[in-house]
Amino acid sequence: MSLEFITKYLPLYEKAAWLTVRIGFAGVVLSIVIGLLCAAIQYYRIPVLSGLTAVYIELSRNTPLLVQLFFLYYGLPKIGVRTDAQVCGMAGLAFLGGSYMAEAFRSGLEAVEKIQMESAQSLGMNRYQTMRYVILPQAFSISVPAFVANVIFLLKETSVFSAISLMDLMFTAKDLIGLYYKMTESLFLLVVFYLIILLPVSILGAALERRVRYAGFGA
Amino acid sequence: MPDLGLEVLLKGQNMERLLIGLLAALKISLVSVAVSLPLGILLGTLMTWKNPFIKAVLRVYLEIIRIMPQMVLLFLVFFGTTRAFGWDLSGESASVIVFSLWGTAEMSDLVRGALISIPLHQYESGEALGLSKVQIYRYIVVPQTLRRLIPLSINLITRMIKTTSLVLMIGVVEILKVAQQIIEANRTASPNAAFGIYLVVFLLYFFACWPISVAARYLEKRWR
Repeated sequence: MSLEFITKYLPLYEKAAWLTVRIGFAGVVLSIVIGLLCAAIQYYRIPVLSGLTAVYIELSRNTPLLVQLFFLYYGLPKIGVRTDAQVCGMAGLAFLGGSYMAEAFRSGLEAVEKIQMESAQSLGMNRYQTMRYVILPQAFSISVPAFVANVIFLLKETSVFSAISLMDLMFTAKDLIGLYYKMTESLFLLVVFYLIILLPVSILGAALERRVRYAGFGA
Repeated sequence: MPDLGLEVLLKGQNMERLLIGLLAALKISLVSVAVSLPLGILLGTLMTWKNPFIKAVLRVYLEIIRIMPQMVLLFLVFFGTTRAFGWDLSGESASVIVFSLWGTAEMSDLVRGALISIPLHQYESGEALGLSKVQIYRYIVVPQTLRRLIPLSINLITRMIKTTSLVLMIGVVEILKVAQQIIEANRTASPNAAFGIYLVVFLLYFFACWPISVAARYLEKRWR
C-alpha cells in the first residue's frame, strides 16, 4: 500500500463522497415526500389516485435502480426529455425510494388498530385530533425500523450512479484502477469513504429505533 | 414518426438476444439463491445458539456484508481478490461469490428473526406434553418458523434478481449490456432506439420480479 498515492488522491475521493452525500440526501428527502403522499393516498383510499399509486409502487419495487436510471438517462432524451446526470440520479433515487417509503409509512398506519380510532372518537376528539394525537404517533414509531432500513438501502443504492457518468465514489475508484492499476489503495479508500458515510447513519438509525420503541399500545 | 426502438427489437434476433441476456442475469441470481438459502438457514440457526464466540463471528460477518453497497463488494472480489491472491476470476464467478455471500447474510438474519419470534412458551408447552427435543422442533418450531420465513425469503429472491443488474459494471454480458450493443449497432438507422429498448428492459425485469412479489404477498396474507 502506498501512502503517497493515498494522500495524493484523497481530495478526489472527498469530492466524490460529497457528491454521493448530496444526491443521496436529496433523493432520500424526495423519497420521504413521495412516500408520505402515496401512503396518505392509499390510507384514505382516494379513488383513481390510489390505483395509480399502486401501479407506481409495483413498477418501482420490482425493477432495479440501474435499469430505471438507464431509462431516465439514456431513454428519455430520445423523446425530448433532457436532464443532466445529477438531476437524473436524484429523480431515479426518488422514484425507487418513494415506493419503499410509502410501504413503510402505510404499514405503520395500518398497524394502528381500529379500536384506537374508535376510542379517540368516543372521547370526543375530532378527525384532526385523532390523527394528530392518537394515530400518527403510534404509526410513526411502528414505521421507524423500516424507515431507517430504507434510508441505508437508498444511500447504498447510490453506488450505481457511476453508470450514468456521475463522478461518485465508485466512478473514482474504477477510474484510478484503470489509470494506475493501484488496486489495493483505490479499493481501500473506496471502503473507507463508504464507511464514513454509512456507519454514522446506521448508528443514528439504531439510536432512533431505541428511542421510539416506547409505543406499543393495543398491540 | 421516428422509430423509438420497436422496429429495432423486431429486426433479426434482437428480441431473442435481449431475452438471452435476461436469462444470463437470472442464472447468476438463481445460482446465488441456491447457495444462499441452505447456508443462510444453517448460519441463522447457529446465530440463535448461546455460544458467544459463534454469535460474535456471525454478527461481524453480517454487519460487514450489510453496511457495504453490493457494488463495492463486487469490486472488492472482482478486482481486489484477483490481485491479492493472483487467481483468475471471471465476472460471472465473482458475481456468484458476492451475491452468495450477501444472500447468505440476509437469509441468516431472516432465519434468526423467524426463530426468535417463536415465544418460549411454545417450547415449554411442548416439553410439558412430554415431546422430545426432536419432536418439539419437528412439530412445533419448524412449521411456525417456515410460515414466517417463506414469504420473507421469496422477497429476498426478488431483491437478489434486481441486484444482479449490477454485474454489468464488472463486464458481465447480461441484458443491459445486450441492450447497449443493440442500440449501438443500430445507431445510424434508428438513433432513438434507446427509449424503446430500455423501456423493454425495464418491463422485462418487472415481469421477472412481479409474479414472485405477488406470490410472497399472497403467502404472507394467507399464513398470518
